[in-house]
Amino acid sequence: MIKFRLEERAKSPYWLIILSPFIAILVAVILAGILIVLAGANPFESYYQLIIGAFGSKNSFAETLARATPIILTGLAASIAFRAKFWNIGAEGQLYFGALATTLFGTGLVVLPSILMIPFLFIMGALAGGLLLLPLVLLKLYYKVDEVVTTLLLNFVVVLLVSYLLEGPWKDPMSLGWPQGKSVIDEGVLPQILSKTRLHLGFIISMFFAFSVWFILSKTVIGYRIKSVGLNAAAASHAGVPIFKTVLIVALLSGGMAGMAGVTETAGLKGYLTLDLSPGFGYAGIAVAMLANLNPIGVIFSGVFLASIYVGADAMSRAMNVPTYLADVIVALTVLCILLSLVFVHYKVLFFGVKKND
Amino acid sequence: MIEFIEIIFTAGFWAATIRIACPLILATIGEVLCERAGVLNLGIEGIMSIGAMVGWMTVFLGADLYTGILAALIIGGIFGLLHAIFTVYLGASQHVTGIGITMLASSLGFFCFKLILPASTTPPKIKPFQPIDIPFLSELPFLGPAFFQHTPFTYLAILVVIFAFWLMNSTPLGLSIKMAGENPMALEAQGIDVFLVRTIAVVLGSALMAVGGAYLTLSAFDAFYFGMINGRGWIAIALVIFASWKPERALLGALLFAGLDAYQVRAQQLAGALIPYQFFLMLPFLLSIVAMVIAAKRTRYPKALLIPFRRGERH
Repeated sequence: MIKFRLEERAKSPYWLIILSPFIAILVAVILAGILIVLAGANPFESYYQLIIGAFGSKNSFAETLARATPIILTGLAASIAFRAKFWNIGAEGQLYFGALATTLFGTGLVVLPSILMIPFLFIMGALAGGLLLLPLVLLKLYYKVDEVVTTLLLNFVVVLLVSYLLEGPWKDPMSLGWPQGKSVIDEGVLPQILSKTRLHLGFIISMFFAFSVWFILSKTVIGYRIKSVGLNAAAASHAGVPIFKTVLIVALLSGGMAGMAGVTETAGLKGYLTLDLSPGFGYAGIAVAMLANLNPIGVIFSGVFLASIYVGADAMSRAMNVPTYLADVIVALTVLCILLSLVFVHYKVLFFGVKKND
Repeated sequence: MIEFIEIIFTAGFWAATIRIACPLILATIGEVLCERAGVLNLGIEGIMSIGAMVGWMTVFLGADLYTGILAALIIGGIFGLLHAIFTVYLGASQHVTGIGITMLASSLGFFCFKLILPASTTPPKIKPFQPIDIPFLSELPFLGPAFFQHTPFTYLAILVVIFAFWLMNSTPLGLSIKMAGENPMALEAQGIDVFLVRTIAVVLGSALMAVGGAYLTLSAFDAFYFGMINGRGWIAIALVIFASWKPERALLGALLFAGLDAYQVRAQQLAGALIPYQFFLMLPFLLSIVAMVIAAKRTRYPKALLIPFRRGERH
């Protein structure tokens, strides 16, 4: 049996750090290609259709960027949280809470001129997302209740709450058929930024937040505290970092980002709340964050990449008759390949000896 | 009001409790095995999903029901092995690996289902396990229909608990698994391969999770739906904490939980007009959170949980 040992690299080579996400994507794409062959289609032709579907025209490119908008925000939510090793897997629920806040405040309760209304809705969405996470982070800090499980479980509760509101008190009486919320008032709707497409101001806003998060994480005291808590909480505590306060801030920032993803979808893409507002954007955020190595600027690119897979897979599915779930398989494989590449970036694999008679 | 109390005196309520508990029992015990060895397995939700799909599809394509269980067992073991390679041998983040496995297992399951059955508007059905009457016992009034008229799969799940209890408490492997999760250095010092012990635990545990998923499609229902696991895996993880990582307590926890779930379904029929059904559906998830808070005070995690073991490194 071959024995091996992982030895930590003193310094990871730069080329390896930069190349690793691309290698991971390549491996994921090749593995998914095997599935395309199993589906009886030509993988090269299929990937060509996928790329055309995501970037082939002004319309499809705009659609990809529109899809990237919420994924960038949930990716930021995961990046902030995972930096501090605070495992917020509840971005899906926080997104819907942000969408609920948008519906509550944006459909006539508050009327402001557009220039104030849009920031107001984003603040309310961020507060809602943070608020949902608040009891869970307090449970973690006071009673050590594991946040992984509680955030996951709460996702289901929030979706059921949305379902209740949309079928009951918040159902738009004007909508026939599928339950949906009332439309966001004109002042609150995020304006289109590319004519005759669904690309809206939310994309610019999500990029703005990516830069803001980058600034917070790398240029401020709180950013350094977040990093130090993630690297070694005990040592950070010894060095005088207030753990309680730092984790609380991480949770509010992370929940806030995810909540704002709900705002971009409700006030931007759709204009009203629906039960299928998010086809798993919260979970996609985890993949986005991992692919970007938790770097907020990287999240913009990995967010667009993931969005292009989702948008392109729809077109590919129609053209090549390959199930559209291939997109989710590619994303999942990317996450695992990234983990694998991270191991090789940080560790050298040393083989030592081959045991006899084994 | 009296109707709400009468619910628990019907055999149907107890039979439903057992039926709801079975997939949870299998999944929770699977997770207990993984975590006792020091590996958090968040792949559980996806592994249950692909277990449900593969078990069902095997039967749909012509095999018998027991082969369906075996197929689920194998696919669960394969994903467990993948999880173990990442988290045990390579020491990758257990959280992210688990989420990645859940994403991969469920999406791969959906992809293959759509590939084999491209245009199914109504999900096709199989003939699932039928209840068998245990001689004599099944004829008892009340107790018979409540506990002794279940499907063979149900009795199998109970056997698994007994097996797990025996494995953990009376075998050298069980002891090694517990040591791998508490003090892997000491295990290594005895000349036992920590990697191998952890891998066995994760493969075995994941196989049980997949069988838990297959219970849904082969015994509780007769078809496979997307999203049919619906958070049962995450609930199982909460139950592991509630059960203090002990198989026998996992059985009790799952039964208690299933009892509350069976109760809410019946209470919903009585109070459906007053309280919207969504609030009843929220209960299992909220209860799981409450259970974790209750258990928090006495929670003592396996010491080496989440910590990758590296040869020649001291902790």
